Amino acid sequence: MIAELGLAALWLAAALAFLQMAAGALALRAGPDSEIARLTRPGAVVQGALALVSFAALLYVFAVTDLSVALVAANSHSLKPWIYKVSGAWGNHEGSMLLWVTVMALAGGLIALVERRLPERTMQATLAAQGFVALGFYAFLLLSSNPFARLEPAAREGLGLNPLLQDIGLALHPPTLYLGYVGLSVAFSFAVGALLTRQVTPDFARVMRPWVLGAWIFLTLGITAGSYWAYYELGWGGWWFWDPVENASLMPWLAATALLHSVSVLASRDALRVWTIMLGVVAFSMSMVGTFLVRSGILTSVHAFAVDPERGSFILALLAIYIGGALLLFALRAATISEGERFSVASREGALVFNNVMLSGILAIVLLGTLYPLLTEAFGVRVSVGPPYFNPVSAIFAIPMFAVMAVGPLLRWRRDRWGRIGKQLALIAALLLAGLVLISMIGGIALLPLLGLAFALALGVASFLPLRGRRLARTPLATWGMVIAHFGIAVSLFGMASESAFSTERLAALEIGQATTVGPWQVELAAVGPQAGPNWTALAGQMVARYDGGNPVEIVPMARSFWAPPQQTSESVLVTRWNGQLYAVLGDAAEGGRWQVRLWWKPFVTFIWYGGGLIALGGMLSLIGRVAGDLKRRRVRRRARQRREDAEVPA
Amino acid sequence: MSAMKPKHQRLVLVVLALIALVAAALLAVYALRNQASYFYLPEQMRDDPPAVGQAVRLGGMVEPGSLMTQSDGVTINFAVTGRESSRIPVRFSGIVPDLFVEGSGVVAEGRLGPDGVFLADNLLAKHDENYVPRELEGMGEHQAAEMAEETTVGLQ
Repeated sequence: MIAELGLAALWLAAALAFLQMAAGALALRAGPDSEIARLTRPGAVVQGALALVSFAALLYVFAVTDLSVALVAANSHSLKPWIYKVSGAWGNHEGSMLLWVTVMALAGGLIALVERRLPERTMQATLAAQGFVALGFYAFLLLSSNPFARLEPAAREGLGLNPLLQDIGLALHPPTLYLGYVGLSVAFSFAVGALLTRQVTPDFARVMRPWVLGAWIFLTLGITAGSYWAYYELGWGGWWFWDPVENASLMPWLAATALLHSVSVLASRDALRVWTIMLGVVAFSMSMVGTFLVRSGILTSVHAFAVDPERGSFILALLAIYIGGALLLFALRAATISEGERFSVASREGALVFNNVMLSGILAIVLLGTLYPLLTEAFGVRVSVGPPYFNPVSAIFAIPMFAVMAVGPLLRWRRDRWGRIGKQLALIAALLLAGLVLISMIGGIALLPLLGLAFALALGVASFLPLRGRRLARTPLATWGMVIAHFGIAVSLFGMASESAFSTERLAALEIGQATTVGPWQVELAAVGPQAGPNWTALAGQMVARYDGGNPVEIVPMARSFWAPPQQTSESVLVTRWNGQLYAVLGDAAEGGRWQVRLWWKPFVTFIWYGGGLIALGGMLSLIGRVAGDLKRRRVRRRARQRREDAEVPA
Repeated sequence: MSAMKPKHQRLVLVVLALIALVAAALLAVYALRNQASYFYLPEQMRDDPPAVGQAVRLGGMVEPGSLMTQSDGVTINFAVTGRESSRIPVRFSGIVPDLFVEGSGVVAEGRLGPDGVFLADNLLAKHDENYVPRELEGMGEHQAAEMAEETTVGLQ
């Protein structure tokens, strides 16, 4: 019953998406005050509510493990812990696509509900675009991936969820990432709306900015969490594999980061009009390309739940319509957008443009590297593209970007002289040089980690320079946000470079009672014994780890065997100190009563994710600052209007 | 550049951005030709071996009876077989994937050593029924038939 309710809500939501699209489009002709235009906003709001009902229905059937629903029977199991039953709702193809459209519908409903600053005509066009995109994905869901399909007769027991996905990381990672991924659809729709009605103005940028910022924060958090999840769950000791699925989340982030900065330029300086529109289209296009890569089954990974060519071609057709259509519209209208304000090279706009281009360059490199194996496979050549390609090639663009990032915020808008910030420039350059010289004296560090460490040092200090000479209590929140986010990049960069430069690894077969060392750690294998959990049994290795001869820490890495579905995973153990992490994995039994043990000491590796957190925090501060400032402006304007009206009454 | 005629600023920006993007694309294509690691079947590696030290991937079946663990307990030697009785010896140090057994499919990432032994940094085995390394999918056709022959001989 609940499943049918969910399905009905989904069909209704799709119908409303059509209404929203049609009403918005007709309103472009009929005018924003026409009868038909009044349907658009309520249509979007109700559509959001219906999608939410549908998603709630899916959560319900998973929570009670309703095995008469095919999706539940295929992906859940009655013995699973409760939290993984619920999170299993989006741990599969159909459920995650439902989450996708739900987020899209909610975002559309939200802009329909709260956004009143734009000309109504532009809003109508925006909502029509949002409805148009949503409609395609509803069709995909309803026609080829119905999450509520019944199973006749009902299964006795579910097939279970991939044990790798039975983790708290999974409970949070996909929804967070999707909020970012799909949140960018709002930027896309605003861009299309602005193009259709030729309203590319600073006002438009101010309206778009909080949405881009919000989506970008979620993307940042989602990527950070996903990277940490891969790091501790896969047991390979790496934190980023340049896997196509990871790239699929990185590409929208790169585009959104560029968009975030260019939309700021448009909002405060009325420059970069065309470029901002372009990035708005590209950012969500990257989200859709990512969805295609992950959901079409063209890739094989833990994220690709099913291989089904029909689904692949369906998403590919949607991609062609939406990306192709938006780019065509862009090509037709871009020339009619008049040029914005000009600026000189030595200005904050100049620095932002430079870094926008660098980000786009990195985006192009990641995109080509991700698609290359797919292209060559069409010609029967199988290749894989990994870190030897991505790391150095993206660094060619990333390093100048870091340099300009250190300097850019110190420059004034519109026109500046390098001489004015000479002292700061000298400080940054000195830090960079000192870092390069001192760190290379340690010896044995490859070029990229060396550059990473030096730039992290310089950028870490430089990111606080914009606060110099300001009264800290009166500095706007948005400025604090920028400072903290840029500092977060430096922190993250330091973590990456340090992990790559200073990690040590020990692979050994130990007898019970035998010890080995890795970096400053001494690790003793005390015992190996069986352990049991709710849906797994495990071999658990009891180890005692000492940092530099200090207090013993007991750790228990395991090799778990799940029985539904039958699969083995290795549960690594992390010991976190302020200066790094010990990473321990238990392997197989070796001859002579020994056990394989794999240990890593990764100095400052945690900084990677602390940095990610700081970047997101910076985004949040900036968002709060912008929204609060906006509300304040509205209040002031309302009060001014009231006072005017009050003054008029006696006269 | 502030002396530049402001009239053409947008044009100049567009051109510069295009140059940067084209440069990125050319760089990517150049690097991809050198850095992509190619996939080899054992018979291909025997007939036309890659340069020593170049990162490649080798995929095939783990030869039954070839798996040997060395005395350090973590280094293994085995052979990967393909069509036409091709056979490439492989050495790997580390914890093997859970479903890595003799007679199963494997993809080894690594490089060919000067002595003709493939030094694997990483082994990808069939992970579970849903996750098969991409390279192992198409391989089933000929080898699955051979495997089926081998395994059904005893039953008849």
